[in-house]
Amino acid sequence: MIEGILIGLTTALTLQNILMVMVGCFFGTIIGMLPGLGPMTAIALMIPITYGFDPATGLILMAGVYYGAVFGGSTSSILLNAPGVPGTVATSFDGYPMAQQGKAGKALAIAAWSSFAGGTLSAIYLLFMAPSLSKVSLSFRSPDYFALMILGLTAIAAFSSKGQFLKAMMMVVLGLMLASVGQDSLSDITRFTFDNMNLTDGISFVLVVMATFAMSEALTIILKRNDPTSAAKQVSLTELGSIKINKEERTKMYKTIPRSSIIGFLIGVLPGAGATIASFLAYGMERNVVNDEEKEKFGKGSVNGLSAPETANNAACSGSFVPMLTLGIPGSGTTAVMLGALLGFGVQPGPRLYMTNPEIFWSIIMSMYIGMVILLILNLPLIPYIARILAVPKNYLIPLILFFSVTGIYVMSFNNFDIYLMIGIAVVATFLRLYDFPMPPLILAFVLGGLMEENLRRSLLLSNGSWEFLWDRALTACILLTTILIVIWHVYKTMFKKTKN
Amino acid sequence: MNINTTKIISLLFFIFSAFYLYTAYQIQVFAFDENAPFNARTFPIYLGYTGLFISGLKIILPEPNTIKVDHKNLEYKKTVILIVIAIIYGATILKVGYFLTTSLFLFSSYYFLGERRWVLMFLLSFPFVAAFMYLLHGVLDIYLRDPFLKSIGVMG
Repeated sequence: MIEGILIGLTTALTLQNILMVMVGCFFGTIIGMLPGLGPMTAIALMIPITYGFDPATGLILMAGVYYGAVFGGSTSSILLNAPGVPGTVATSFDGYPMAQQGKAGKALAIAAWSSFAGGTLSAIYLLFMAPSLSKVSLSFRSPDYFALMILGLTAIAAFSSKGQFLKAMMMVVLGLMLASVGQDSLSDITRFTFDNMNLTDGISFVLVVMATFAMSEALTIILKRNDPTSAAKQVSLTELGSIKINKEERTKMYKTIPRSSIIGFLIGVLPGAGATIASFLAYGMERNVVNDEEKEKFGKGSVNGLSAPETANNAACSGSFVPMLTLGIPGSGTTAVMLGALLGFGVQPGPRLYMTNPEIFWSIIMSMYIGMVILLILNLPLIPYIARILAVPKNYLIPLILFFSVTGIYVMSFNNFDIYLMIGIAVVATFLRLYDFPMPPLILAFVLGGLMEENLRRSLLLSNGSWEFLWDRALTACILLTTILIVIWHVYKTMFKKTKN
Repeated sequence: MNINTTKIISLLFFIFSAFYLYTAYQIQVFAFDENAPFNARTFPIYLGYTGLFISGLKIILPEPNTIKVDHKNLEYKKTVILIVIAIIYGATILKVGYFLTTSLFLFSSYYFLGERRWVLMFLLSFPFVAAFMYLLHGVLDIYLRDPFLKSIGVMG
């Protein structure tokens, strides 16, 4: 492992890669800060740029963007009460009241330090957990992978749908359907192309991500610009107050951070769960753990209430890399985007990545830590200036997002069919979003579609067409049982809620 | 009205799945692959049935949470204008070239969104696109075909 860490450090600490982490953190913070734009959009916008680099550098850039965007999301939660991403909703519970009390600078500093500590601790957990899990996952066979993908898709549908499980499952199926367009990987038979040559190679992953996130988010912002529910700016963006944290507040954070980081990391590792659940769980747990006097402050600007979700949120981000790096199966929508980018580089993540491309494996892990340090150094002193970005008029912001989306696609294919296809998918995605159809399950399914078909093909061929492979091995059966339990739990929860109502 | 919209989307998805399934059955496979345990149409067929099943459930089951979309507050006009601008952009980019179409795309988008600071609008369109184009073409060596710039002798 020491050798691996050194390989990772050597790769991550080159001048170019440090620069990439810095650029990634900076742009990620800016994009993530803008309400409505989250890490997935930030990473999607970066993908066309990363194709000019080697895989390690490209991924380091994307990891930087990821962390930056998560931090940026917290900033808009605290200052505008408008979380950029669901993962920072819990941050606004105490961050925004604190900002309203004239302590916006302090709230941002607590968020920055908690993010840093959460990210650092989880990078350490990742360092120890990823290699061992890689070794275990070498024993996985095609049926296990197939079952694991079903679990991942069901879990993301169950967790990301806000009680609308069937809607999320419809998005999963739609994602798999979109992935099936183009040539069949084994026989080269074209499917669903309708004799259109532009569809022979299938639909580009970047196109789907750009359409469902960047472009559709820009369209949603215009569509909802007159919505009175959009957050009004009640906190001054120019006078944020001191960013110093006093001794009493530090003591509170020392207790909160370790427990929240463990919760965050473990939740992040689970397929589909991710930062949102982690931050809510950590917030809830912290509220139960603190004394009655502190409990009263929750929701009114509590230090513990702000620190807990921020720590867990960042820890979950690192945790979500575990299944992606070790099993090749992303645990969240954001890591699904990164997996797609990895496949674009010709790198197949999974247990063998650890052996075949140790420099990529380790440099991502090491760059996470470097990213945390840079994020803190870069963002803490720049908070007062960065906050002003929130005042960028939407009249400029929206066309620029559209510009980067369209250019990103045009530069990759040089044909206008892809532009039309992207506009079409973006319009449908915008409409679906209005009615709460979640997009992350679609992306995860789109990325996993090819792999899922491949593993099902192998499993069915090996078992001579029999579906017994699903329960032949204990591991496969256990994974499928977990999937069934998730579905039962979800149905039970929905029914229980209805009965209660 | 709102409940119905979700149901209508589910119904559309049901029809889409049926069409997908029909098309999946039409996929031509090799004769020797016809009775194989897995061929090019197996996975799409399963997907088609799954789509029918899930959207069918969504149509039949009662709606647990009603999604309220207040259409009066939605800015449909500007959204449609931007989509049309993007379509025109797609239709002209190959004939006119990257620089002029992208600059006009940005400039017109700012205008239709209500911006009237002409200098800033100009700076964030023509010079901005020129700088970006230089980054792509000059620094990253990504070739951008541009008949317009070629006709005025700026690009070779």
